[in-house]
Order: sequence, then C-alpha cells, then structure tokens
Amino acid sequence: MKIAVCVKQVPDSWAEKKMNGGVLDRQGVDAVLNDLDEYAVEEALRIVEAHGGNGEGGANSVTVISMGPERTTDAVRKALSMGADGAIIVTDAALAGSDALATSKVLAKIIEGGQFDLVLCGTESTDARMSVVPAMIAQRLGWAQLTFAGSVAVVPDSKEVTITRVTEAGVDTMKANFPAVISVVEKINEPRYPSFKGIMAAKKKPVEIKDLSAVGIEPALVGTAGAWSVVDDSTLRPPRAAGIKIVDDGNGGTALVNFLIEKKII
Amino acid sequence: MSEVFILADFVGDKIARTTSELATYGARIGDVTAIVLAAPGKGPALASQVVNGTISKVLVMESEDFDRYGVSASAEAIAHVLSEHKPAALLITTSAFGKELAGCVAVLTDSGLITDAVDVTAELVATQIIFGGSTSVHSRVSHGSSIITLRSNSVTPDATTSSPEIINVPTVVSERAKHAEVITRQPPVAEGRPELTEAQIIVSGGRGTNGDFSPVETFADLLGAAVGASRAATDAGWYPHSYQVGQTGKTVSPQLYVACGISGAIQHRAGMQTSKTIVVINKDPDAPIFELADFGVVGDLFTVLPQASEGVRAHKS
Ligand SMILES: Cc1cc2nc3c(=O)[nH]c(=O)nc-3n(C[C@H](O)[C@H](O)[C@H](O)COP(=O)(O)OP(=O)(O)OC[C@H]3O[C@@H](n4cnc5c(N)ncnc54)[C@H](O)[C@@H]3O)c2cc1C
Ligand SMILES: Nc1ncnc2c1ncn2[C@@H]1O[C@H](COP(=O)(O)O)[C@@H](O)[C@H]1O
Repeated sequence: MKIAVCVKQVPDSWAEKKMNGGVLDRQGVDAVLNDLDEYAVEEALRIVEAHGGNGEGGANSVTVISMGPERTTDAVRKALSMGADGAIIVTDAALAGSDALATSKVLAKIIEGGQFDLVLCGTESTDARMSVVPAMIAQRLGWAQLTFAGSVAVVPDSKEVTITRVTEAGVDTMKANFPAVISVVEKINEPRYPSFKGIMAAKKKPVEIKDLSAVGIEPALVGTAGAWSVVDDSTLRPPRAAGIKIVDDGNGGTALVNFLIEKKII
Repeated sequence: MSEVFILADFVGDKIARTTSELATYGARIGDVTAIVLAAPGKGPALASQVVNGTISKVLVMESEDFDRYGVSASAEAIAHVLSEHKPAALLITTSAFGKELAGCVAVLTDSGLITDAVDVTAELVATQIIFGGSTSVHSRVSHGSSIITLRSNSVTPDATTSSPEIINVPTVVSERAKHAEVITRQPPVAEGRPELTEAQIIVSGGRGTNGDFSPVETFADLLGAAVGASRAATDAGWYPHSYQVGQTGKTVSPQLYVACGISGAIQHRAGMQTSKTIVVINKDPDAPIFELADFGVVGDLFTVLPQASEGVRAHKS
C-alpha cells in the first residue's frame, strides 16, 4: 500500500494570533505541525505496520505531503521522525494567501502524480478551522470520500476500506474501494512520540521540495491572485468584560439563580 | 432582485430551526429559494414544512443516493441546480456535513467559500469570529456564487410564514459520486432535550462530574436546556461524542452556557467562546474557564447545582 498523509504547518494554538493585511501573520508566531494531523500520520503508520510494515524492501510506504512556506520543513520532519518514509513539500511565493480551493487544487495535483492507494488527513487545521480540504481533494480527484473517521479498517487484498464516520449527526459506517481520501478524528489513536532513533533517521529521509512550475499549476490560479474570497478587514474584538466571581459560602447556587433572574434569562 | 439559495435542514423528518435562520439571512440578500434533498417519496412531506420566513420557492430533489452516498451525491445535486440558476449565494448551516458539502459544491461550481460565518449582510459581506474569539473578520466571495456556511443560533429567525411554490427537480447522481457508500447509520439518541446547536441554553459537564451527570441534567431540564460535555467526559464514555462541545465537537453560541466541572482548555473554549452569557461552576479558583465567566462560582458542582435547581423551581412557582 502506498499511503499519503497531508499535513499542515500551523501557528501554535497557544500563541496569540494576528491578522496582517487580510492574511494570518505567520511570521510572528511559533509554527508547529497541526496537532490534528499527527493522528493521520499515526493512523497511516499503524495501517502499514499492520500489513507488513514500511521497512526497506516492503511494499508499503507513507509519504507526507505539505503545502506551505519554506519553514514547513520543520513540521514535516516531525512526521518523518514519527516514522513516515519521505515527503513532498510544495512551496512557492505565489502560494501565499491561498484559500481552501487553491490548497486542494495543489494537493490533488501532487496526489494524482503519486499512485497512492489512500490519502489520510486531519479533520481540521487549527488555524483555518474549515474542515473542508479533505472533502475537496476527494471531490477534485473523483475518489471515495471517507471523512471524520473514528476507526479505519483496511483489507489490502481486496482494496477495501471501511470507516466509522463520527460527526454530530451520529455514527455511520462507510465503505469504499481504493483509492480513497480519509480524514481522521482525534479519538482514533494516540500519536507516538518520535524516538531518538526516529529523529536521527528523519534527517536522512528524502524530502522533495517543489515549486509551482514543478507541480504544473499556473501561479494566477493560487495564492491571493486566485483566492475566491477576499478579506475586507479584521478587528480585534473587545475582551469579554470581567465578570463576577464568588466563592461558594453555602449560597452559591442561590446567587447563581439570582444572577440569571437579574439578567432576565429566567 | 438577486436570487439566493438555502439548503433546508431537517432533524429526522422534522424541519430544523436552522432552516428559518438561513431563510432570515437569505431574505436580506434577495429572493429565497430553499433546496430540499429527500429520500424517494419523502419530498412532499419535507417540502410542506419549509414555510418559515420569506421563502418564495422550494426545489425538491428526491434520490435514494443522498442517504447512501453521503456528501458527494448531495453536492452533485446542489451543484446542478446552482449551475442552472446561478444564484448570488448559497447558504448552508455550519456542521461537519454542511461544511464538506459547501466545499464540494464550491469545487464543482468554481465558487468561493466562506465557512462558519456568524453574520452576512445584504451585500454578501460575511463576518467570522476567529482565533478563539479574539478577532472578527469581514470577507466576501469574489468568484461564482457566494457559498457561505452560517453558525446556528447567530440570528433571530423571522417568525412570519410563507407559502412557497414547490418545484420538483429530477436528479441524477453520477457514478463518480458513488465511490463511498454508507452501510449503516446510527443517529444520536434523542432524549427529549433540545438539539445542542439549536438550544438557547446549554448546561455542560466535564471531568468534574466524575461520571455523574444527574445534577447537570436536572438543572438543564428545569431551564429547558440542552446538555453538553467536555472531551474528558465523552472520552470517559459518560456522554456520547455527539454531545461534545469544542474544537473537535460542536461549536455552540447559546444565550446562556453553564460550564460545570470543566477546566476551560483552549479546545473546549473554541466551541463555546461566543456564547452570550457564560456561567461557571468549578472547585478550582484558578481554572482558566473563569476568564470567560460572566458569573462564576468557586465551589463543588454537587452542592451548587442542586441548590441552583431548587432556586429555579422556587422562582418558577
Ligand atoms: C486534538 C484535541 C482536540 C480536542 N478537542 C476537544 C473538544 O472538542 N472539546 C473539549 O472539551 N476538549 C477537547 N480537547 C481536550 C481538552 O484539551 C481538555 O483535555 C478537555 O476539555 C478537558 O475536559 P474537562 O475540562 O472536563 O477536564 P479537566 O481539564 O480535567 O477539568 C476538570 C475540572 O473540573 C473541576 N472539578 C473537579 N471536581 C469538581 C467538582 N466536584 N465541582 C466543581 N468542579 C470540579 C476541576 O477543578 C477542573 O477544573 C481536545 C484535545 C486535543 C488534544
Ligand atoms: N496546506 C496544506 N498542506 C497539506 N495538508 C493540508 C493543508 N491544508 C489543509 N491540509 C489537510 O486538510 C486537513 C483539513 O484542513 P482545513 O480544511 O484547512 O481545516 C488538515 O488537517 C490537513 O490534513
């Protein structure tokens, strides 16, 4: 099995984020591997490990794919040190300001060229929080869309994959044949920590860096130029006004109800 | 007058409140057409409920493929009517399904996409609240129909009713959209409480309940509220996943959110930060959730909640 995992580098969720001219200011904050994508890397590794492993000479491989600025390499290294075999990074000045449509276009183009059986994604990037890129990749490729997976079961011989889809609409079982795009929810597994050996090995793994011309996409179709939504302005919202805080002295519940009455909520 | 499409939402076979919310937004923009995706034979029963707000037309599409092939089949059907009518906008309620559907329709119709807006103006300028509630952004779609998903409970629905014209549209779903098949469906168990995303009041419990949600449920029922849970509570199996509030659960913005025994991790806050009024009960005076509280009680939820329930009962009688 050849598996691709799409990972994104995002600003640290704990960092204070700011907008700069309609786009997220990525310079001023620490960048990390989108934590929801670690579950996708882990699941890809577990799938190949359950079917003969991805050791040298094996028929299995896990390739990390990422689109982003140059320092994206740092996030990709983390996935490689967890155990992925290699990476493809698309980086190009013209990509800055890309929307989900452009991102999915670039990722789909890379995937198309790779003869992958499965593509794994996280359910959401913690900066954009759109949860649309995996569905859009599947839509562009005309592949099976198996998103929000809480479990994944693969039968390589018959090229079948079954997932449980876990969303607010309940739990569904879905089934498809390869090739398929799968996004995994954070309940699916516990991502491993990279071992020292893994970190050392990652330094020697192949990382292919491509610009847009190598991918074969016109710069005008992506980035700010090809973004089909525009930000007019962004403003800092006033912080929530400091509230009332009381220590329960035996009447806390009553005080709470009085607050609700005063606020005309009840 | 420009035309705007909304996707009608149903809970089971019953119209959802979010449909009237979308109709309310839609009426600001133009002439509202509602799309109803139905299983074969169910179209008339569903369409007849789409009367809230100013809706002039209901396009009904029936196909067994909607249930069977999920997002991709529905996206094709919607893209088909969108290409035909070229409305100014398509409005969909924010949910896992709604966002993916919006994304696939955007790809199919080459349209721009804005997700999880909390407002949209007549000029199709959408407001989003990002970065954990700290920043608001105004944006517009610049190509194709404006495809916008809107957070539920972000507008007061227009209570007037209309009698729209019902139009049946034949649907064909291509083989391309049939690669992933739904084998079984298990909808969340309804417990007679309001839907989380529709509720005006939510009472949530976390690890601090230690698995005993009864004081949370009692208080919720007295207020006619929905019950929510933190991930710690859903992970422990105390409450089903569909009740989880937060980054990887539901995003809610009720009039009142009561957080009981929840510490306020960034991932939890991401799902409830835009609630209008926030009340907190927590033993730990330093719990970060207090930073959001309009009213916070440092105390044990097992004594504070029952007393509060007693207070609500007394107030009602
Ligand atoms: C990728 C990822 C996604 C996540 N997504 C979500 C999400 O969508 N939603 C979510 O909620 N979390 C999410 N989390 C988990 C989140 O980080 C926290 O672990 C979780 O929210 C903690 O739940 P909690 O507040 O109930 O538990 P804790 O953090 O353990 O807090 C329990 C609180 O209860 C208080 N307490 C204990 N006993 C009592 C009592 N008797 N009376 C009153 N107070 C009491 C304690 O003081 C404490 O503050 C996610 C985490 C990750 C890594
Ligand atoms: N620039 C990117 N490069 C690689 N993968 C991405 C990128 N953006 C999004 N993804 C993938 O798509 C998922 C959902 O992202 P989003 O739709 O932006 O919330 C992420 O968890 C990643 O797996």
